[in-house]
Amino acid sequence: MMYSPAIIAEAVVNGLMTGAIYALIALGLTLVYGVLHIINFAHGALLTAAMFAVWAVHVAFGLDPYLAILPLTPLFFGLGYAVQRFVIGPASHGSDSNILLVTLGLSIAIENALLAGFRSDTRSLNTDYGFQVVELGPLLLSKPRLIGFGAAVLVTVLLWLLLSRTDTGKAIRAVAKEKLGASLVGIDVAHVYAVTFGLGCACLAVAACLLMPTFYVNPRIGQAFVLVAFTIVVLGGMGSIPGALLGGLFIGVVESLCGLFLGDSLGQIGIFLIFILVLLVRPTGMFGAKA
Amino acid sequence: MLEVQNATKRFGGLVAVNQASLKAAIGSITGLIGPNGAGKTTLFTLISGFESLTEGRVLFQGQDISHDETHIRARRGIARTFQIVQPFAGLSVIENIAVGAYLHHAKRSDAMARAEEVGRRVGLGPELDKSASSLTVAGRKRLELARALATEPKLLLLDEVLAGLNPSEIRDIIPVIRAIRDEGVSILMIEHVMQAVMNLCEQVYVLAHGRIIAEGPPAEVCDDATVIEAYLGTGAAERLKREKVHA
Amino acid sequence: MTFRDIVPIIAVIALLAFVPVFVTANTVLNFLVFTLIIALTAQGWNILGGFGGQFSFGHAAFFGTGAYAAALLQVRLGINPWIAFAIGAMAGAAVGWMIGYLSFRSGLRGSYFALVTLAFAEVLRILANAATFTGGAAGVLIKLHVRPENFQFESRSAFFWIALALVGAVLVLTRWIERSRFGAQLVAVRENEAAAKALGVDTLRVKLGAITLSGAVTAAAGCLYAQYFLYVDANIAYGTWISVEAILAPIIGGLGTVFGPLVGAVALHGLGEVTKLAAGSVPGIDLMVFGVLLVVAVGFAPDGILGLLRRLRRSAQLSGAPRHA
Ligand SMILES: Nc1ncnc2c1ncn2[C@@H]1O[C@H](COP(=O)(O)OP(=O)(O)OP(=O)(O)O)[C@@H](O)[C@H]1O
Ligand SMILES: [Mg+2]
Repeated sequence: MMYSPAIIAEAVVNGLMTGAIYALIALGLTLVYGVLHIINFAHGALLTAAMFAVWAVHVAFGLDPYLAILPLTPLFFGLGYAVQRFVIGPASHGSDSNILLVTLGLSIAIENALLAGFRSDTRSLNTDYGFQVVELGPLLLSKPRLIGFGAAVLVTVLLWLLLSRTDTGKAIRAVAKEKLGASLVGIDVAHVYAVTFGLGCACLAVAACLLMPTFYVNPRIGQAFVLVAFTIVVLGGMGSIPGALLGGLFIGVVESLCGLFLGDSLGQIGIFLIFILVLLVRPTGMFGAKA
Repeated sequence: MLEVQNATKRFGGLVAVNQASLKAAIGSITGLIGPNGAGKTTLFTLISGFESLTEGRVLFQGQDISHDETHIRARRGIARTFQIVQPFAGLSVIENIAVGAYLHHAKRSDAMARAEEVGRRVGLGPELDKSASSLTVAGRKRLELARALATEPKLLLLDEVLAGLNPSEIRDIIPVIRAIRDEGVSILMIEHVMQAVMNLCEQVYVLAHGRIIAEGPPAEVCDDATVIEAYLGTGAAERLKREKVHA
Repeated sequence: MTFRDIVPIIAVIALLAFVPVFVTANTVLNFLVFTLIIALTAQGWNILGGFGGQFSFGHAAFFGTGAYAAALLQVRLGINPWIAFAIGAMAGAAVGWMIGYLSFRSGLRGSYFALVTLAFAEVLRILANAATFTGGAAGVLIKLHVRPENFQFESRSAFFWIALALVGAVLVLTRWIERSRFGAQLVAVRENEAAAKALGVDTLRVKLGAITLSGAVTAAAGCLYAQYFLYVDANIAYGTWISVEAILAPIIGGLGTVFGPLVGAVALHGLGEVTKLAAGSVPGIDLMVFGVLLVVAVGFAPDGILGLLRRLRRSAQLSGAPRHA
């Protein structure tokens, strides 16, 4: 079967736009990995929670999803901070496999709490711009997804600036590199861990706000995203922020093209095969070394 | 028994071991000394197979074992201890030792009996049923020794088993090491405690910056000017000689 | 292993075998059979995760392989269900060996191993959901034909006994592991892989042995599931729910112990039923409690229920014993 260049180009561009959001989700994951050296299995469930929050403030207060970024980002930062500081940290006693299990437990608890609260129905938002398109040469692009793309890239850059230019960023990088040394020079490691986790959750809140105008939410939705996000993190190099962005865009395109060539149900398999291959061949990632 | 030929190990740009050659004779205790970071532990990881050689060969009982995996070398009869002790923290002392004993005893009762015997021998008798994580530093060093010994090795690689022990603990363990040798086990030991080296070793190799810079009986090696300089810096040998003359 | 080692196992299984004599309500038997299937799944996970310290997050790969093998072999190829059952368990062993070979050869451990197993399970789920041979999203239905030679029974008690026998067999297997050289080496790998190597343990072979056994046991649970419910689809067989169940029960019951998975499965699902009774038919409420319990168990009772009991008994002994000042 042949595909016209226009269709393929459209698939690539669509893939890039989805990929940017994936990147944003992966960003939180990779940041937490880079600093705490843990894989946060609750990431997907926290994303679901953020998406429900966007939906809820829209339904309750009529708040536009893009405006919801303003209250939800700090809220999720605080939530993430508290979860790391008061749940994950104390419950895991510093052992890696415990952290794995604690975040798994959190993920099960959050996901099913949402299921109990909202039932398994799928919900979406009605906005007047949800279906608007922008013409770009021969391509018709969804306006909200274009906004999502721009915003996701912007947040990545902001986060990178935060880490490289601010004192908080310096402390985070110090802890990431040498936990013991950092604590010796007076950095409060538990606080930095919690801040990092909070930042990861803040990324999720932004991602949720960017997703909701074109996407839907149900209690299990996070799972689909988180597996993709893991792939991106592994591909981009655990802990690498540019890696997460590149990896996200790449995976977005792969998924979109696999969907085009293999159909929707098999489309996702390309991602997992890449995931497995990268893990087996080079667990430190393709786009750069471990940060 | 053991022969290392021109062993070289590079970690990226760092040459940790550089063209090092040494021999350990059957039934003898051979010392390996050298300043911190000289590459002694790295040489052990090459002999025991934890790292692969960049260049060179390792011969054991005349056979080239350079490409054997670690557990194969252990089966051939090479056992090592770890400088940074590596106990099975969740297990009891006797269970720790039994893992070594299982190498040549498939049955649990045999392995446990053997483990108990070895444990008592190195002085862990009263601690056998305690958790390995409850041991003191000295206890953990003994456990390292016991586990390695339980594999019934022909060659024992001891990496600073005396470090961190107090003088009386050292005095206790030296006869144990000598007794092991007397049973026919060849020993290659890394040691900073010179009193022990002088006391135990028949032959000593000195490693500095990855190179073997001297070898011979311990008393001779310790008087060697290059060795003193390797430890104390250039000019140190001269200074020492002058001080001796003046005194 | 001596006869004395398995006396407690025989006692527990014999005791449980009487349950259908007193309980005849179908809903209760359903619950019990389901709990035993989960226990068996978890026993498989415990061999690799509890004794070997390799935490798989994708045991669905084995459960699903067993379930699909049992269903497809009889439905598509007309093979006798009992034989299909045996082949299903072997298929689980093969998948276990394959996943193990690929990941352990590349040195994956810890979170990386958890992730790669998760991904394997997902790949299998997507494939099973898409392929026509597996019935696609519609799944496979095993024709109802109640006859013992078809592995289908008039009474649920029969199934209960079969599940119980399997759980008992794996209890014995696990006890053997605990008492054998293989088990000692497996535990050594869990505690410290480098030290194990230095003592002559072929760590790759030991881990492969564990994941192969683990795959076989969990696949057997999958076969049993298919045979009991007579239906399989991709989200049941290869879904994350079963991977989670496989992890939860041993951790709640007692990681790396013989009885842990059984105790954990019974405790969890007992609690699940109670929660459902208390909260009405709110979906997800039982799983929510499980999640919280997992966090609490890891934080405060790392040795699970069995560990707590041991601690209680010890402190009871201590307070009972005469005190010396
Ligand atoms: N796996 C590794 N990767 C990179 N560098 C290494 C590695 N192992 C050792 N080195 C380096 O090789 C050099 C030699 O280290 P080694 O541990 O062999 O020294 P040593 O003689 O045992 O010192 P010490 O007396 O302090 O134990 C050191 O500079 C060390 O940092
Ligand atoms: Mg050393």
